[in-house]
Amino acid sequence: MQELMKAKAQEMLSNGSVTRVLAWKKGDFETNPEPAFFTKHVDDMVYNQYCATNLSNFMVGVEKEEGKTLVFLKPCDTFSFNQLLKENRISRDKAYIIGVGCEGVKVIDEMQETGALLEKCNVCTKIKHMVYDELIGEDVTRRVTDDPLTRFKDIEAIEKMDAGERFAFWQGEFSKCIRCNACRNACPPCGCKKCVFDNDNYDTAQKANVTTFEEQMFHIIRAYHVAGRCTDCGECTRVCPQDIPLHLLNRKFIKDINALYGEFQAGADIETLGPLTDFNIDQDAEPSIVYDRG
Amino acid sequence: MSVGEFKPLVVAFCCNWCSYAGADLAGTSRLQYPAEVKIIKVPCSCRVNPLFVLRAFQKGADGVIICGCHPGDCHYSTGNYYTRRRITLLYSMLDYLGIEKGRTHLEWVSAAEGVKFATVMNKFVEQVYELGENRRLEDWRCKS
Amino acid sequence: MYKIDKDNLPELFKFLTKNGTDVFAPVRKGNQVNFESFTDEVASTLDLDTLKTVRSPKDFVLPQVEHLFDATIENKQIKLETSPLADKPYVIFGVRPCDVKGIEVLDNVYLKDPVDKFYQARRAQGVIISLACTNPQQTCFCKSFNIDAANPQGDIAIWLINDSLNWKSLTDKGANLTTQVKHLLQESSDIDEVEACQKDIQLKIDALPYSRGLPLDKFTPDKLLEIFNDARWDELSKACIACGTCTFICPTCQCYDVKDYDAGKKVKRYRCWDSCMYSDFTLMAHGNSRNTQKERFRQRYMHKLVYHPDKHHGEFSCVGCGRCVNKCPSSLNIVKVIKSFEVDN
Repeated sequence: MQELMKAKAQEMLSNGSVTRVLAWKKGDFETNPEPAFFTKHVDDMVYNQYCATNLSNFMVGVEKEEGKTLVFLKPCDTFSFNQLLKENRISRDKAYIIGVGCEGVKVIDEMQETGALLEKCNVCTKIKHMVYDELIGEDVTRRVTDDPLTRFKDIEAIEKMDAGERFAFWQGEFSKCIRCNACRNACPPCGCKKCVFDNDNYDTAQKANVTTFEEQMFHIIRAYHVAGRCTDCGECTRVCPQDIPLHLLNRKFIKDINALYGEFQAGADIETLGPLTDFNIDQDAEPSIVYDRG
Repeated sequence: MSVGEFKPLVVAFCCNWCSYAGADLAGTSRLQYPAEVKIIKVPCSCRVNPLFVLRAFQKGADGVIICGCHPGDCHYSTGNYYTRRRITLLYSMLDYLGIEKGRTHLEWVSAAEGVKFATVMNKFVEQVYELGENRRLEDWRCKS
Repeated sequence: MYKIDKDNLPELFKFLTKNGTDVFAPVRKGNQVNFESFTDEVASTLDLDTLKTVRSPKDFVLPQVEHLFDATIENKQIKLETSPLADKPYVIFGVRPCDVKGIEVLDNVYLKDPVDKFYQARRAQGVIISLACTNPQQTCFCKSFNIDAANPQGDIAIWLINDSLNWKSLTDKGANLTTQVKHLLQESSDIDEVEACQKDIQLKIDALPYSRGLPLDKFTPDKLLEIFNDARWDELSKACIACGTCTFICPTCQCYDVKDYDAGKKVKRYRCWDSCMYSDFTLMAHGNSRNTQKERFRQRYMHKLVYHPDKHHGEFSCVGCGRCVNKCPSSLNIVKVIKSFEVDN
């Protein structure tokens, strides 16, 4: 499959139908390919189960540049691509998308396999490409679970705790945060030019979590700002150097949205209004529903 | 913070068109509501950014209540429909993180509902008294 | 030389904490090992086998956040209340040789004129107990910076052999601590055992993929402009997502920002780590001197490989711990940068 991809990329580069290729490049180890742009030769290109990066995010960077970009997207990455498209942050005609099959992404530590797959891959239901011009090896994509609700299991477990336990759980997680902002920067929909946490014009700007409150504020707001736009691509959890299960925040919003406003999958298409930019006059629940849950 | 009896601080975000007028009416009708409530006027309840709620807690609030026009009565037609969804999700998230539910509230109060405004505030402040000082969403720097 | 059984370590730590010394040691929580303050609860999760903690021991000499002073207004006068200097002794246990060198790099910055008083006070209180790397990992490249993983520096050096720790004090500070805990240690003269262990470590290190020599000789201060203007930075920085992971887990990254926090009744001034990857790094009134990610990315490596050696007698401010190799979300790291300069343009 990698060879097919390379051949196609080389062909399109050579005949000038695209200006650059966005794919993964071989690293020092087999296990650390990096996202890279190729403009002439694609000899160093790789595709294997260590290619974790969601390349959609890098499309924003080349949006203003001349020419078309050939980009390889795994099925779950295409959701992010659609979401960015919907928010007009990238344009469809500047991309040639080749959807590639995915067997799940392996977790690496110290360049060694840990034997596990990324959390998102264990509950993956995104087996179809949502947007593409061409597919390569899409049939390798495996179905992990038939139950789309599997991914909410961990959240239900937390919901079952009492408030004190929940608080202690999250304090334990948030206190690990070093505010490297990797979760924010790796997130495709998280795209403000000047983040509220970087903007010195407000005193919300923080470079470090000085108090436990600032830890909470950052993580609540980070997740909230992408609520209804988060495609659950799992990049935040993957990139966190401190292993904070950030997807548990994003997925809580997804779970609430599904339960209260109807099933919604961000990035499934580019027309449907996002749940927080839409409303239903008669059927929307009142906030008091939170208290009635017991 | 002075040692002594706990006196909470409750921040009420009131929309300019209905709830703030409702508070006014409560005042002119000489209805009593607790002095612990500090009102912040916003153009519409949908102006309340989740950061406002968090920052209120950071700066020392023990409870936050948001008041807006009844659904259907928004001065801007649809503002409070957005509020309804946003704040539901926010409060649900705060609950999920283990913040006491009783510290947050949302109520629709029209310009004619002075009595409702006073009742809601009395009840909410009492609830916050019962919960005691806000510890879980506090910033110690603002307290010493 | 002394010896102590690995199982007796908690006892040693307890003795120290009881006598007013904080002990920080590598503790496992979930998938991660980090230096944590020693308490009875963490005694069972002490982890001396995992090579690298996620965060470096930099945290203890240069904490991420440090309050400098509080400013209040009293009778129309501004009153300043300086934060107290660190005065509690502490021990960092199990620091790897590269991280010891990392602290030395920080010393060279913060203890030189002008001396940073907060740093100085904190540093003076600390005793570093280092631990030889019995099992170095693929991402290690300390050898390139002439750090000997078999001969850890610091105040006390330790070799972990067959579940027993061989203890050797290296400095006066270390000797003092050794005297303090002597009753918990056994005398030992197993030099052979330690030497065998050292040989073994050196062999392992030599076999690592990154030990085959990185072209560090390309980075000399006299080629500053040449390296600075090199076209390769464009390519190298493309994958960078501008997060601060590399800088915050790095044992030598030392930049900080000074900030004020308006706490209502007072203003609290503090400093916190800064990252050259951030868009407001060295932001000044006139604007920013580094407007693109390429410039910020370049700054980090120029600092480590060119500017710092220029000011500190050729000492690189990278110690080859490999944390950035392991943790960068985009698989970028200093090794890739160094290697890409192997061939002259």
